[in-house]
Amino acid sequence: MASLRDIKNRITSTKKTSQITKAMQMVSAAKMNKAEMNAKSFVPYMEKIQEVTASIALGSKDVSHPMLTSRPVKKTGYLVITSDRGLAGAYNSNVLRNVYQTIQKRHKSPDEYAIIAIGRVGRDFFKKRNMNVILDIVAVADQPAFAEIKDIASKTVGMFADETFDELYMYYSHYVSAIQQDVTEKKLLPLTDISSSKKLTSYEFEPSAEEILKVLLPQYAESLIYGALLDSKASEHAARMTAMQNATDNAKDLINSLSLSYNRARQAAITQEITEIVGGAAALE
Amino acid sequence: MKTIKVSVVTPDGPVYESDVEMVSTKAQSGELGILPGHIPMVAPLQIGAVRLKNGGKTDFVAVSGGFLEVRPEQVTILAQSAEQADEIDVERAVRAKQRAEQRLNDQKRENIDFRRAELALQRAINRIEVSERKF
Repeated sequence: MASLRDIKNRITSTKKTSQITKAMQMVSAAKMNKAEMNAKSFVPYMEKIQEVTASIALGSKDVSHPMLTSRPVKKTGYLVITSDRGLAGAYNSNVLRNVYQTIQKRHKSPDEYAIIAIGRVGRDFFKKRNMNVILDIVAVADQPAFAEIKDIASKTVGMFADETFDELYMYYSHYVSAIQQDVTEKKLLPLTDISSSKKLTSYEFEPSAEEILKVLLPQYAESLIYGALLDSKASEHAARMTAMQNATDNAKDLINSLSLSYNRARQAAITQEITEIVGGAAALE
Repeated sequence: MKTIKVSVVTPDGPVYESDVEMVSTKAQSGELGILPGHIPMVAPLQIGAVRLKNGGKTDFVAVSGGFLEVRPEQVTILAQSAEQADEIDVERAVRAKQRAEQRLNDQKRENIDFRRAELALQRAINRIEVSERKF
């Protein structure tokens, strides 16, 4: 049995750890609320741009654009969004496992795919396995502004345009609620499944539908990437909050059971001492 | 006078929302003025100012990477970034302008970064001008 002092030390250190996890949980809860609000304020833009894109792409039959047409696939791009830091439960590993298995299943050689990694955890994971990471960005802010992500988004879209890859999938963790996040695969490019729930409007184009699509489609794809990033940021904070909540609960359980054995050990020591005194006194008589 | 609803939306949230008598801005094909009752239209915008006139008062919004969508009852401007005149961080714009100018001086014309620096310069100048309401 561990000595009294050992148990006491373990109790103190577990208490300290639980204070930290509790603090992290509260920080994540605050960040999650903020991230959720960011995601919400992005919705009007996304809806509008989707509506306009759908109206133009579906409304006029005779327009075509490289980003709208599928071409024979020689190379597939994967955009993977993970976090920079760990301690978020299964948040990163869920996404990474999904991507990893998909790639293993779909491709035989590393020449057939290219990975764009957002987040340090994802980048390190793929680099360690010698997978073809062509672009990475780390240290994305917790509340990313569109300007920060514009660069990587436009580079990604540019790579599709110059045929570095012929299709692009996006993997991220979709925020359902504070306790549920689902790994989502989304085909980003070519933009084949544009649809709008709203009624389509027929527009006049200034100067022409083609010219507008040339500017609009890259922006649309960039905003899809930004939307996914906001979504996965919200998931990250939610996942971290849940993970830290669990850690705090576990620490509490551990402290309880440790205090129990501490009290037992203390009582045993007292009993032993009494027995010794009584024994000593009896020996004197 | 008749008015039309205008909203300026960016990925970071709505920037401007109001009823105005006239919207005027610079599209890629030239200066454009929209009055209520305009036919539905879409046009990409240049980096520039959007002027929103209402009852003798004019609001300015600096816009870059934007689109104008006109519907009979509403005008929407979708922009990658947009700021109202009094919300512009002028100091930052001035710094960005200097940085862009320096980069333009350092580099050769063929460089890809040259184009980016040029755009950055345009955006910075646009912000500064809008904040001074020089239109």
